Amino acid sequence: MELFKVDVLGRDFLAVAQELGLLSFALGVLLLGVILKGDRRRYTGYVALFGYVLAFLPLLGAIGRGYEAFSGMVVLDPFSLFFKVLILVVGFLVVLLSLDYTAREGIAFGEYYALVLLASAGMMLMAGAAHLVTLFLGLEIMSIAIYALAGIMREDARSVEAAFKYFLLGAFASGFLLYGMALTYASTGALHLREIEGVLAQKAWLTSFPLVLVGLGLLLVGFGFKLALVPFHMWTPDVYEGAPTSITAFMATGVKAAAFAGLLRVFFTALPALEGHWRELLWVLAVATMTLGNLVALRQEDVKRMLAYSSIAHAGYIMVGFVAATELGRAAVLFYLFAYAFMNIGAFAVVALLGRRGAPNTLLEDYAGVGFKHPLLAVAMAVFLFSLAGVPPTAGFMAKFYVFSAAVKAGYYWLAVLGVLNSAVAAYYYLRVMVYMYFREPKEGLQTGYPSFAGAVAILIALWGVFQLGIMPSDFLALAQRSVQVF
Amino acid sequence: METFLKIPLLSVVTFLPLVGALLLLFAPREREDWIKGFALGVTLLDFVLSLALFIYFDDGVAGMQFVERVPWIKQWGVSYYMGIDGISLLLILLTTYLMVLSILSSWSAIEKGIKEYMIAFLLLETGMIGTFCALDLVLFYIFWEFTLIPMYLIIGVWGGPRRVYAAVKFFLYTMAGSVLMLVAILAVYFLHAKATGHYSFDLFALYNTPMSLKAQLLLFAAFAVAFAIKVPMFPFHTWLPDAHVEAPTAGSVILAGVLLKMGTYGFIRFAIPLFPYAAHKAIPWVSVLALIGIIYGALVSMMQDDLKKLVAFSSVSHLGFVMLGMFAFTVQGVQGSIYQMLNHGVSTGALFLLVGMVYERRHTRLIADFGGLARVMPVFAVFFMIVALSSIALPGTNGFVGEFLILLGTFRSNPVYAVLGATGVIWGAAYMLWMFQRVMFGPVTKPENEGLSDLSPREVLTLVPIVIMIFWMGIFPKFFFKKMDLSVERYLRDVKGRYEMVLKAEEAKAFVARSQGARER
Repeated sequence: MELFKVDVLGRDFLAVAQELGLLSFALGVLLLGVILKGDRRRYTGYVALFGYVLAFLPLLGAIGRGYEAFSGMVVLDPFSLFFKVLILVVGFLVVLLSLDYTAREGIAFGEYYALVLLASAGMMLMAGAAHLVTLFLGLEIMSIAIYALAGIMREDARSVEAAFKYFLLGAFASGFLLYGMALTYASTGALHLREIEGVLAQKAWLTSFPLVLVGLGLLLVGFGFKLALVPFHMWTPDVYEGAPTSITAFMATGVKAAAFAGLLRVFFTALPALEGHWRELLWVLAVATMTLGNLVALRQEDVKRMLAYSSIAHAGYIMVGFVAATELGRAAVLFYLFAYAFMNIGAFAVVALLGRRGAPNTLLEDYAGVGFKHPLLAVAMAVFLFSLAGVPPTAGFMAKFYVFSAAVKAGYYWLAVLGVLNSAVAAYYYLRVMVYMYFREPKEGLQTGYPSFAGAVAILIALWGVFQLGIMPSDFLALAQRSVQVF
Repeated sequence: METFLKIPLLSVVTFLPLVGALLLLFAPREREDWIKGFALGVTLLDFVLSLALFIYFDDGVAGMQFVERVPWIKQWGVSYYMGIDGISLLLILLTTYLMVLSILSSWSAIEKGIKEYMIAFLLLETGMIGTFCALDLVLFYIFWEFTLIPMYLIIGVWGGPRRVYAAVKFFLYTMAGSVLMLVAILAVYFLHAKATGHYSFDLFALYNTPMSLKAQLLLFAAFAVAFAIKVPMFPFHTWLPDAHVEAPTAGSVILAGVLLKMGTYGFIRFAIPLFPYAAHKAIPWVSVLALIGIIYGALVSMMQDDLKKLVAFSSVSHLGFVMLGMFAFTVQGVQGSIYQMLNHGVSTGALFLLVGMVYERRHTRLIADFGGLARVMPVFAVFFMIVALSSIALPGTNGFVGEFLILLGTFRSNPVYAVLGATGVIWGAAYMLWMFQRVMFGPVTKPENEGLSDLSPREVLTLVPIVIMIFWMGIFPKFFFKKMDLSVERYLRDVKGRYEMVLKAEEAKAFVARSQGARER
């Protein structure tokens, strides 16, 4: 076996060109942060932005190809490309949103953007992993960067607490994941995803090595933490609330997308033979996740915390597509993640822009009368909230329609019914924000809003995404469907 | 006829208000008169265009007309499929007609955010017309759900003191019902695809979906609950009084006039023809609930001390008639049912307008605060009288034609229901006339009422078209019926035909089972 025969300028590097690009920009931004002084350090953000734009370029050569590189460590296929595009879009929007936000909060230094770039590279590595070790590598690159980002507001006790909590629980989760991988290796003797599948395809294997089921469970726990599935969601509200808003948006969309990419890869490439064992389990997890997320969100008085619980609920909806475990279901998961990225980053962007230095203004009460104080921001927020609630003609509706149709087609009628009832419940707390924005008089003397051109651009792009996927979803659907044909 | 001067007329009528709303976004906020005038212009133009639909509509054709069909989401088999028959044609006209009056009635009643208000109304118009035209289930669902957003805002921003409660209740009730319908839509879609191998949300293709009787009953129930909430049928009506009382006048007019009709229309176009067997099985259930609605709505109306609540509960009663007629499954019953939808839109819309006018003057709607208004506001009293009589269904007014046909049609299918329903007419007369007496006649007891001004020319202009419609529809019903005769006949033939087909298939199955059983023995 030719171990690590690398084709330096060709196929192998093309497979990780985007990751490498982001990594080099991360290093560059880090250096630049040292060179630039004082206020000018915020220019590192523009460099990072440029990095994301450049990272789209390798797509030109990569689209339509499918092969494994670096001796089967990473894979370049439509599935990984789909997620890479999603992660780039998310990263681009997050950096755009951060430009003025970080300046306002006094965290606009090179390290911030370097960490965002690093985390994105880690996410992409996860999406392109063909091997359990690569997957873990990607996960850790992403996670460690995010731990640091969550606590980057050093003077803010809540931010530090968030980072600490996230780090401790995340470390445990990584432990579970690693242990799951180890048990899988112990029982199958393989770490490469396709090889695992090949071993498990022999029916007798399961009876002689039932340990693989324990491995499966531990993998699920590990991914469950990253995805904030109930009952592994406990860290989410505190971390989402404490972290800088731009990073919360990043966690809720990017981290989730990457973790779903990993989960899809592992479960559908390596473990389809165990489908009978995990389907019912995930059914329960999906229902618990959406129901608990929605019910607790009903009672939140802080918009950021409410969105944290709502993101738990959305992970539950996405799991519905996963449980269906058909091609339709997997495509629905991909489409949902894209739609969710637009609407959620949009909502967090509005939350960020409504705050001021030292006054985040994230309480529901602070939103009173925003509809008349900041009419444009409020309209954008309303669109994002309606989309999160799944009301047409927005991306959120199409996404829900897709996952629930996958469930119905696979015969999971009850799952679909529970899902749609959940989205009716969820409408209540999304509407509540609108009630405050439009139906209440503004609070006396409260200063809200922080002008940000870049933030406005991020919101506009998110709005475009919400309507594009809501009204003309055909192209994205085709893309999602093509991307899941690798399984 | 297919395309009028090659213009996709149906899409133009549907989306013109949306375009108007988008243009209004850029209007300067201070130019209030300009904004109002623009919104009025858009709705008027839309009304004129819908008249063109009426004129170019061919009475001799039973099927869908002005059909437009473009593939939309190919992967799912969703198409932009619009078309109207005689039933939807009349409802579209009702919508565009009431929209003009609603905008007129909002001229002085709305004090804040007139721009957003008009935008919300125009968006609502697009949603409503689209709901009546859509022949693709996904397209229909999108229009149907979309109407929630503007109505929610209209009630919540420009409504009365308890507007937040009413708005949220309205939204959640309707949404809870319709999400179940969404699952049912998906189920029909996949059942159809399984049987034919063809993925499509085309309504007429789905009409012929083979399914088990149990599936029919379950899916019909999911559709029926969604529509029954919208109608609203007893016991799903509790959102209605809240929404009506808190909504601004024009919101109530549209809510009663059009949004409720989306529920009854949903039964005729979707729930019944998709599941004819289940619909026939549901006749006793729906009829009894409709009768309860008729009588309960009327009795509760009688007990109201607030004018708007009275009108709101009278809607429950009137919509009970619509449902009763529809589930008679006779030509008269269904025609009466559709006619009653229009009548209710005109006369209840007018009642809300009138209540709104008196509320603008007195800032109260309590019946006890009035009395003797006929002496102070004679013109108002005359209009009120005509509208009240139409609501009571006096011969010569539109209400009579509708209720008479419904009772006739119901009598032919089930005399007991008809007799019980007829008592509702009496109750209707009782609460309406009693209210009229307390508000209009007698001496002026309250000094505040002495100086009330009579109707302004703008208000008269709002009401005259309604009075014209009341008598026109009452005296020359043929003018409207000829548009829907063929459509209704075709609808009934189709529904009954497929119902009997299911019955025959069941009989055959039972026969085979019996003979097999005999052979085995």
